[in-house]
Amino acid sequence: MTLSGLLLLADSRLPSGGHGHSGGVEALVDRGLLRTEGDLALFLDGRVRTGGRVPAAASAAACARAGVQESHVRAGAGGGSPGPDWGRWDAAVSARLPSAAARAASRAQGSALLRTVGRTWPTPAVDALRALPRVHHPLVLGAAAAAAGGTPLQAAALALHHLVGGACTAAVRLLGLDPIAVAALAAAAGRLAEPVAVEATRIAMLAVIADDPAGLPADGSPLFDVLAQLHHTSEATLFAS
Amino acid sequence: MHRDDLMTAHPPLAAGPAGPLRVGIGGPVGSGKTALVAALCRALRDELSLVVVTNDIYTEEDAEFLRRHGVLPEERIRAVRTGCCPHTAIRDDITANLDAVEDLVARHDPDLVLVESGGDNLTATFSYGLVHAQIFVLDVAGGDKVPRKGGPGVTRSDLLVINKTDLAPLVGADLQVMAADAEGVRDGRPTLFVSLREQPDAAGITEWVAARVRARRG
Repeated sequence: MTLSGLLLLADSRLPSGGHGHSGGVEALVDRGLLRTEGDLALFLDGRVRTGGRVPAAASAAACARAGVQESHVRAGAGGGSPGPDWGRWDAAVSARLPSAAARAASRAQGSALLRTVGRTWPTPAVDALRALPRVHHPLVLGAAAAAAGGTPLQAAALALHHLVGGACTAAVRLLGLDPIAVAALAAAAGRLAEPVAVEATRIAMLAVIADDPAGLPADGSPLFDVLAQLHHTSEATLFAS
Repeated sequence: MHRDDLMTAHPPLAAGPAGPLRVGIGGPVGSGKTALVAALCRALRDELSLVVVTNDIYTEEDAEFLRRHGVLPEERIRAVRTGCCPHTAIRDDITANLDAVEDLVARHDPDLVLVESGGDNLTATFSYGLVHAQIFVLDVAGGDKVPRKGGPGVTRSDLLVINKTDLAPLVGADLQVMAADAEGVRDGRPTLFVSLREQPDAAGITEWVAARVRARRG
């Protein structure tokens, strides 16, 4: 277990494409629906409790599955198992993102992170993901967390950390909010995310044990999905999503 | 099945020995980056297969300009959105640009990839993980002190282009001073003066790029 690896995965400076995505913030800002630090706190509260459960659980599940895959390889059971199943878990994430634009954003960031992770931690699970066409971000994050020596709970926490961090950075850039106030707000959102990560991990582990990605949580928020689509077709946008 | 489920994976392609030459074009807002890209496309498109990635700071304006002026078929131009940070997208986290480059390369097998940065400041440079060579574009109207101020774009770019020489008398810029200052900080790397308005074929720059494509082909 290496703390340094997890810290690297949590660091927004790790090349992973995240800087070009606002996590839905720009679409709200453009429509005057998010103007203040209070609005941002409310948005994060909602995202963490609803849509955030999906990447958190998917990341935890991917971490657990990657761990199993690696122990199989270490035991000499061959690198194939359970690699061939990654496609079902990827499809399960797609099924939980109704907006095509949100799916594209998730795949773009997954692809970006996989590029870096493939070089940094080329484990069997990471290699298995590289063999698939553009994988969703939470699965890459989970496999990377496993490769870095992390646990499923830490993988879930990483997913929520990036959800919060990406939205906060975008809000500072777009609205000129006080970055120090936003840092305090991000810390509060992080505390809120901890029990969510625990619960998402519990559900994810049940899904992994049952070998059934249908068990992953499927929470979401319609406004987020609608705005993701509108943002995708907007002319003047700074962030890809 | 939705479009995103049909996307294909492409093998990673760092800016290494394989694949076509990739040239980055950076520089401040309004200095003439898009005009240079358009000029290079017009001058080279008959002899070379070209693709372009733009990194507009805002909207798809530059990609739209290139499409509107018909310098390349639309499917050879791709715009990357940079989340208010054009320098991050070409230097610190090049993943979105690599994705765009690799996709265009897989589709078109070009001889030359041009990557245009969003307008930025004098510190913006391309990572050599993304491009093989970079051109930094300044303009005379930005003031004749700019080369002296330096910054990585001025000092380390493989080719420094100083555009809008036709405006020099109007803005009181001394081209001799700019040339001497650039020479002083560029350690022998070339600087070219041009007015893309008056010389839309950008002859010297075109030849600099074409020579690099030829050298890469061997």
